[in-house]
Amino acid sequence: MLNINSNVPQKNDVRIRELIEEKRQSRNFKGIVEKLIPSFLLVIATLSILTTAGIVYTLLSETVQFFKRVPFLDFFTGTALKPLSQTPEFGILPLLMGTITSSLIAMVVAGPIGLMAAIYLSQYASERVRKVFKPLLEILAGIPTIVYGFFAFTFVTPLLRTLIPGLEATNILSPGIVMGVMIIPMIASLSEDAMSSVPSSIREGALALGSTKLEVTKKVIIPAALSGIIASFVLGISRAIGETMIVTIASGSTKNFTFDITQSMQTMTAYIVEVTGGDAPAGSTVYYSLYAVAMTLFIFTLLMNIGARKISRKFREEY
Amino acid sequence: MQQVNERKITRRMNIRILRNDISKYIFLLSTLFGLAVLSILIYRIFSEGVGSFNLDFLTGKLSTQPERAGIMGAILGTAWLMFVVAPVTMFLGVGTAIYLELYAKKGFLQSFIQTNIANLAGVPSIVYGILGLTVFARAMDFGNIVLAGGLTMSLLILPIVIVASQEAIRAIPSTLSEASYGMGATKWQTIQNIILPVALPGILTGAILALSRAIGETAPLVVIGIPALLIPFPDGIFDKFTVLPMQIYYWTLDSALLAEYANLAAATIIVLLIALFILNSTAIMIRNKFQHKF
Repeated sequence: MLNINSNVPQKNDVRIRELIEEKRQSRNFKGIVEKLIPSFLLVIATLSILTTAGIVYTLLSETVQFFKRVPFLDFFTGTALKPLSQTPEFGILPLLMGTITSSLIAMVVAGPIGLMAAIYLSQYASERVRKVFKPLLEILAGIPTIVYGFFAFTFVTPLLRTLIPGLEATNILSPGIVMGVMIIPMIASLSEDAMSSVPSSIREGALALGSTKLEVTKKVIIPAALSGIIASFVLGISRAIGETMIVTIASGSTKNFTFDITQSMQTMTAYIVEVTGGDAPAGSTVYYSLYAVAMTLFIFTLLMNIGARKISRKFREEY
Repeated sequence: MQQVNERKITRRMNIRILRNDISKYIFLLSTLFGLAVLSILIYRIFSEGVGSFNLDFLTGKLSTQPERAGIMGAILGTAWLMFVVAPVTMFLGVGTAIYLELYAKKGFLQSFIQTNIANLAGVPSIVYGILGLTVFARAMDFGNIVLAGGLTMSLLILPIVIVASQEAIRAIPSTLSEASYGMGATKWQTIQNIILPVALPGILTGAILALSRAIGETAPLVVIGIPALLIPFPDGIFDKFTVLPMQIYYWTLDSALLAEYANLAAATIIVLLIALFILNSTAIMIRNKFQHKF
């Protein structure tokens, strides 16, 4: 052991030199490790970029193949999708219709309910109530989508059919509603964050002037938190567009181009499931259409997510 | 100057207060709506599935006869899938988080990786499925084995693990690492001995929550092509497999033909929900018990 307060300095001096020498030798190895680790971690970190590159590359290369066989305009303006027919037609409009319809239905449910829940939690509820309700609501977001699919198919659809006689066994309405329920916690929690971050001085100022809580919410909080609320809605729509299992199970695979929400419609995601489940031979046009649809889906959701981030960043700069 | 008309204000005030009170209950009802649906959902699943939920069902093999079908294969498949997903995402997720938080210089590369991770988090799971199908199942020729499914799932939940680990690392006060540097420790020694142990509870909480997402995820596996056929129990990561959500999916589709399958699907959902409940409680327990408070 090294003893700094020792009375025999010469002896210790030698010992310290030895120690320093020893240390230097071991540091050589450690120094190499120390230098290698950042590069090693950088390689790991770039893997996420590689994932994006992989997604874009696979989608793009096969989509290009698809557009060599099916003209670009036919794909985006075609109202008929008959991939397996004798005279196949590849129009994406029926799928876009199904996707947009189901997302709109989901937002009709999730938008108002999620927003009102956010208002209640951020403006009216006591701390204790919020601490109980918020985690309970989060459970809804944690339930696997396949469970919602089961729920839509075996409970919501039969229930709706007793209310709406013309409803088909598979329809776009029921999965739309259930998707809405799934998105409620997302909108509620993001909107609540936006409303809670409005400075309380603004809120208290309005209350002190004699406004009721409702008036404060309507005229002060919501305008101030508007960009955050809009961002939460955009993210909700993006989530609904990318949702797969609920619509696959409960809306069937009829490629209807219609506005009738009581009928079965197929979304882009459900089409991907149908084609991959049907073992389309690699290299066929049907197989390539899978990638063209997935590319469209990817671009849709990517733009919405980037948009939502832009909107909410703008809102953060306000105060 | 106009005088304040007290009577007029009092009369208006009553209406305004009434409006406020009514809307308060509407807002409360909206909050309760989600919870009501949640209770109905859970009640429905238990009432439908509890009849089929027994030991034979848990330990049995798949069968073409609904009354003899069991889900041991799916339980094992889920376990093997997690056996791949958990280490891969922990390794890659924590590695990326350490790089971004502790090594990367503020600049183009760092913000590029960060934006990229945020974008990846929003990519629909089915698109990951297509990536897995193209790269792991076909290009690498794995086919629909546990490894292919596990790697696909790992990429899917990687952004969640990265962000959670970053937050856990960021929450550590700099005094801790500065003290370590002051004692002469190198950067990697500090990370190994100070930062990672302190951040571990936060990292684990995030990782477990991400795993629970992977356990319930169906779409990527459908795309990779998990068969509905009777397959032997998986014994390793190179075997073909099925998982609980896939079983729920096929049985839900079958329930249109034969009502008993709905009971099997519900019973499988019960197993899945129990697994999720255990995972989430563990995560909450770790957070409450081991999280360092500064």
